[in-house]
Amino acid sequence: MEITVEINGTSHTHDVEPRTLLVHYIRDVAGLTGTNIGCDTSSCGACTVHLNGEAVKSCTMLAVQADGERITTIEGLAEGDELHPMQQAFMNCHALQCGYCTPGMVMASVSLLEENPQPSEAEVREGLEGNLCRCTGYHNIVQAVLSAAGGSQ
Amino acid sequence: MIPVPFDYVRASSAEEALGALNEHGDEAKLMAGGHSLLPMMKLRLAYPSVIIDIGRLGDLSYINDAGDHLAIGALTRHRDIEISDLVAEHAPLLAHATSHVGDPQVRHRGTIGGSLAHADAAADHPSALLALNGSVVARKADGSERVIDAGDLFAGFLESSLDPTEMITEVRIPKHTGLGWNFQKFNRRAQDWAIVGVSAQSTGDGNGARVALVNMHPTPVRAAAVEAALAGGAGASDAAAAAAEGMEPSSDLNATVDYRKHLARVLTRRALEGAGIA
Repeated sequence: MEITVEINGTSHTHDVEPRTLLVHYIRDVAGLTGTNIGCDTSSCGACTVHLNGEAVKSCTMLAVQADGERITTIEGLAEGDELHPMQQAFMNCHALQCGYCTPGMVMASVSLLEENPQPSEAEVREGLEGNLCRCTGYHNIVQAVLSAAGGSQ
Repeated sequence: MIPVPFDYVRASSAEEALGALNEHGDEAKLMAGGHSLLPMMKLRLAYPSVIIDIGRLGDLSYINDAGDHLAIGALTRHRDIEISDLVAEHAPLLAHATSHVGDPQVRHRGTIGGSLAHADAAADHPSALLALNGSVVARKADGSERVIDAGDLFAGFLESSLDPTEMITEVRIPKHTGLGWNFQKFNRRAQDWAIVGVSAQSTGDGNGARVALVNMHPTPVRAAAVEAALAGGAGASDAAAAAAEGMEPSSDLNATVDYRKHLARVLTRRALEGAGIA
């Protein structure tokens, strides 16, 4: 089936099998490998992207469900060489160790602040419940999100 | 993990979806948000040969005040229910239970109709529907509709009483404005299904309450013995002691049968007390 998906402002048109998962489409067909596949069971959040501005797990969507929609991946956040404020906050707060969960964490965090621009620490922790970090780096991740929201680091 | 191949039909209206369902019968499955069905297809526990995508039926996404009840379109996403002022005012139990479904990403995609049709005893929505004495509207291709009460919706393990050619178009929740309620969910990790959960809703009639249990039986289920004890004048603590009566929970890596029964009693007492039942 032919689908057209706007990814990071660029229109992509391809013929895909209906069973193609969105994350495989993004990585293997569109060639954007910043989005990671972690658990592949919608638990870990590594594959989080934005669908029309809202965080979703791209391992639990079919590419055909994104036909005609607008996707943003981690590659689409920065403006040229200037990092997105959330990316910068992750860097400033050392909010990553191995980095595998980071693209999903950043995408989920940006979506979280869209819905709740001034979250409490507890709200950040709850808001990121769908993203797992196996380096146990949650402390600095939470600090980064609070920092990006304008709070103290 | 990817599903087995299937034919994909995208419906642009409920009529079109029902027509396709009528044509393909039980070979086909409706996909709304896909957050129950797609994981099962990836694990190849489900392998429908036709997927009818109803995710774009925007006219079935709404939350309306319908007098004595709220009318919620089947395609309404969890997130929209979670933040709805109408639901918060008239059925806060539903808003709260919804906020415990999965995680934010899941709640952006999953729908109330899809969750109820999936009829999972471990899911949060069915217990809220039971405790709120809600119902669903089921439609067929010929346009005929019937209302299925929550108590008649769950027929067996992951099985609803929907006919294979029916789809849920609306969920109806009687208003419970200003009445006590509580939701308990016990799990080990955020975003997990409940090991055991409890929805309690005061009926506003003395000590009366409807109580529904999560993951304590092959189907979502009302705790009839607890409700009867309350109706007979028992207090929260005594009534909760009957929470496991008649239940047949499963045993798994998270909990044995006995542990689940223990949890049901403890969580039911907490839920009743939280709902203001003395």
